[in-house]
Amino acid sequence: MSRIIAGLNRLGGLWLLLGLAAVLIAPWYKLTPPDTGAGSSILGSALTEISAQRYWLLPPVLAMLAFAGLRVKSGQRWQAHVAVPWIAGAAALLFLMQAFGIGLNGPILGAIGQAFPAAALGQPGLGPGGFVFAVAITGILADALAARGFCRGERFAANAVVFVVALLTLFVLFPILRLGSTALFTPEGVFQPGVFITRLIAPDLWGLGCLYGQPRCGVVINTLILGILSGVLSTLLGLALALLVARTNFRFKGALRAISILPIITPPFVVGVAIIVLFGRTGVVTGWLEFLFDMPRTRWVYGLPGILLAQVLAFAPITFLVLLGTIEAINPTLEEASKTLGAKPLDTFRTVTWPLLRPGIAAAFLLAFIESLADFGNPIVLGGGYDVLSIRIFFAVVGARYDLGNAAVLSIILLSLTLGAFWLQTRWLGRKSYVTITGKSDAGLSAPLPGPLKAAAYAAVMPWVIFTLGVYAIVLIGGIVNDVGRWDLTPTLRHLATAFSFEIGENGLQFYGSAWDSLQTTLLVSAIAAPLTTAIGILTAWLISRQDFAGKGSFEFGTMLSFAIPGTVVGVAYVAAFNVPPVDITGTMTILVICFMFRNMPVGMRAGLAALSQIDRSMEEASQTMGANGFLTLRTVVLPLIRPAIFTSMVYAFVTAMTAVSAVIFLVSARHNMATAYIMGRVENGEYALAIAYSAVLMVIMIACIALIQLFIGKRQLGRRTDLQTLR
Amino acid sequence: MSASAIEFVDVVKRYGSVTAVDTISFSIQRGELVTFLGPSGCGKTTSLRLIAGLELPSAGTVRIAGQDVSTRAAADRNVGMVFQSYALFPHMSVIENVAYGPTIRGGDKKLAIERGHEILTMLGLEGLSTRLPSELSGGQQQRVAVARAIVQQPDVLLFDEPLSNVDAKLRRRVREEIRDLQRRFNLTAVYVTHDQEEALAVSDRIIVMSNGKIAQIGTPSALYDRPSSRFVADFIGDANLIEGHVDNGRFRAEGLTLPLDMPGPDRPATISIRPERVILEKSGAGGKITHASYLGSRREYRIETVFGALLVSAPITDVAFQAGDEVGVSLPVGGYTLLVNESELPSARVSAQ
Repeated sequence: MSRIIAGLNRLGGLWLLLGLAAVLIAPWYKLTPPDTGAGSSILGSALTEISAQRYWLLPPVLAMLAFAGLRVKSGQRWQAHVAVPWIAGAAALLFLMQAFGIGLNGPILGAIGQAFPAAALGQPGLGPGGFVFAVAITGILADALAARGFCRGERFAANAVVFVVALLTLFVLFPILRLGSTALFTPEGVFQPGVFITRLIAPDLWGLGCLYGQPRCGVVINTLILGILSGVLSTLLGLALALLVARTNFRFKGALRAISILPIITPPFVVGVAIIVLFGRTGVVTGWLEFLFDMPRTRWVYGLPGILLAQVLAFAPITFLVLLGTIEAINPTLEEASKTLGAKPLDTFRTVTWPLLRPGIAAAFLLAFIESLADFGNPIVLGGGYDVLSIRIFFAVVGARYDLGNAAVLSIILLSLTLGAFWLQTRWLGRKSYVTITGKSDAGLSAPLPGPLKAAAYAAVMPWVIFTLGVYAIVLIGGIVNDVGRWDLTPTLRHLATAFSFEIGENGLQFYGSAWDSLQTTLLVSAIAAPLTTAIGILTAWLISRQDFAGKGSFEFGTMLSFAIPGTVVGVAYVAAFNVPPVDITGTMTILVICFMFRNMPVGMRAGLAALSQIDRSMEEASQTMGANGFLTLRTVVLPLIRPAIFTSMVYAFVTAMTAVSAVIFLVSARHNMATAYIMGRVENGEYALAIAYSAVLMVIMIACIALIQLFIGKRQLGRRTDLQTLR
Repeated sequence: MSASAIEFVDVVKRYGSVTAVDTISFSIQRGELVTFLGPSGCGKTTSLRLIAGLELPSAGTVRIAGQDVSTRAAADRNVGMVFQSYALFPHMSVIENVAYGPTIRGGDKKLAIERGHEILTMLGLEGLSTRLPSELSGGQQQRVAVARAIVQQPDVLLFDEPLSNVDAKLRRRVREEIRDLQRRFNLTAVYVTHDQEEALAVSDRIIVMSNGKIAQIGTPSALYDRPSSRFVADFIGDANLIEGHVDNGRFRAEGLTLPLDMPGPDRPATISIRPERVILEKSGAGGKITHASYLGSRREYRIETVFGALLVSAPITDVAFQAGDEVGVSLPVGGYTLLVNESELPSARVSAQ
């Protein structure tokens, strides 16, 4: 490995070679560009396109040739030459200007058209040549900065910083900005800033009618009502669960923890479908209630109650984990002190435990609130007439009322709400919500939960347990019985056969089932996205915890940002940004992978940050002084020591890619359909059994894959170093 | 170029608005052991990291073996470093740790391991090569860290407070080992410590630092006997500082007149005298014992004189004074030194403790 790198360096570095190939050989465009009349080019490389009068491609070609010349003149450390950063910066800038300045249908500004007559014909999106050039010029810029002392002169680190920043800009910041600008255009594509205000103050967004007995409220109000209710209920339930686990001798703690993981591997819709099967107008429970108590069949479950039920079921495990952490961090001596001062158990809870819990409760509430706002799967299945922002955005993009500008405005509102909550959570609570663990052992036992509270906790948790069991029972059997909705429990494989039938005949293995395509895509995309997501997440964590560079603060903010953007907004933003040149990648599998990478990287990043904070930084410095560059240090020292974090990140990235729906629903295409999108189609058609069968299959696959990843990465965990002191 | 192993020319290191190292220049000869000494936050560790390449200077030039390495990363320099925490890789055995450098630089793995065994044998660690670092004692870990640092015959060997994790009782032996090793392999070594005794014991020369600047450079005895400033006098050993003025080639304070080697022009001045240089006489007057302590190896007295309070360290003899005794005090020629840089580094604290 290091020999290959050394060999490449002798030739002038990977980036220079790639750059030369990109401008001289590779096809620059994705499609053959329109004929300028100057003869069509053979390869369509930047060089030959220039001969077809596309003179705006001169800077990339000239820059690469200049670098090649410098390599010949100045030798192996040519990147240290004073001119390199200037040439690279100018070339990158001119490259971006032409890429964004000349669209598919011609130049954006008239002046460009006057300078380059051929621009009037427009240019298609970037192809292999264009992308590889972008990569190469970024890398050369990073090398040049490293040669001038950026990142302590460490080339790998400098490259990592520059590339991660470039990628975050392109795939997080740029789509959002593009979406924002879309909000200023009318559906006909006319620039009209006033339309933004008109859309923003539309009465169907902010109407408060439902509070005065009118049938419905505005969509923003609906979303907020749902978010607040869902946040409060999830937090209460999570608190009850956490108190039971941490402060009572509740016997099924292990089982409770296991159940709490279920929602993570549960595909969206499936809970919604199970709720419909149980409580819908023709539902099982509804039927029993009618039979036993003569209760009329209603559609109560469609709308706010149903969504709320599904969300509380899904979010309670999240709030549970947050609150469990808070409760376990409370120093038991505080409660003991209260007792020795004469407080009764209930007083102790009220005056000591509860105030210490409050920051954790606020954090849990905000988390559930954000999740509820971003939720797409439950409202679309159970929404009925109850409109929320994520659904409205979806129909503004894919429905008959297509209006990207309106979708953009709705997205901006949704984004502001989640970012506001996110900001509150990190700023206001950031410090309070984590009780510091001093490392001193806390003598003493934590107080058991006072009797009345214990009873209340049980009363809250038991229905939840029964309900969860009911839902998952439906999931378990729904796919293999005739019609679970009508309680026809005759075992059958027909649903599975519809989805996954295959035949081994004379033509070999043949797949007939309707779900194979989407399953294949899902597995492939998830399998590609998981390691990439982990790689960029861990790399970013390493940069944040180990490197000092200018702009690190905004870099951290950028990575946090991608965590707080609701999936629906990401989906719309990607459609707005990547449907047109220069980066024209909608309808490909690439955009699915990229979408997952940047949505899920913060989890890998957090796992990585936590793991890295446990590792003595001087080990990496030792590796460097012994001649290992940043990459080798990362591979031979850091990665082996943070294996558990890599595992966590891989599993999470894989599972989330398998079950995600809100962003990908905008990005799937006929050729590259995802399992979740396929299931959603089945739910819309009322084919619940098929949807449930497919979901069950997905869950089995996910569990198998988690086991496989675990086996592959290995469980070997190194004990913390006991004899050596940690850094300084 | 001269034969300097390391050379700093006007090196500055800033972190935001904080200047950790402020325009320092020095050079270190081949085969020399030089110590950076100073209180915490004085810039000594930053200076060491600047040599290693773990930090790059904000301004100025760093040369190693005559080559300008100011913008060169640690991995592209030939330095060995022993870290305060030893920084042994916990997931690698002793031999893997030692052979890490030669292997990672693209060398033959077999040769690297052979070379690693050689070094381990030289350091008396041959039986431990397959152990994990967590299975070694603290002293063994340190020797492995040294072995790992010297296996590649570095241009310079760096020690970052290597004794801070060693038991107080063992320190003397370990620092002698380090010194022997450095002489045996004729290594150029740079050593960082905040312990003045350690610095005096191991160094060829000491660079005393304060607030990111060099306060004084010199051999251990030169620094001890002829500190140039209040700071150095105070930081290395104990010092009695007597305020007065240079007058006609002599130092004068109330009740005191001392001849000077290099008096310079007349001005207010301070002299420093070490506690063990003060001579007490039974007969005579001038001082009154205010406090007497017996320390086993010597006796310490605090004495009130007309020119100020003195701390005196006396060898154990039959003569012992009690608090309240009147004693004669004399300051022998050559036992005191005039602080030449006093005006530059004013100290808040005054005279003997």
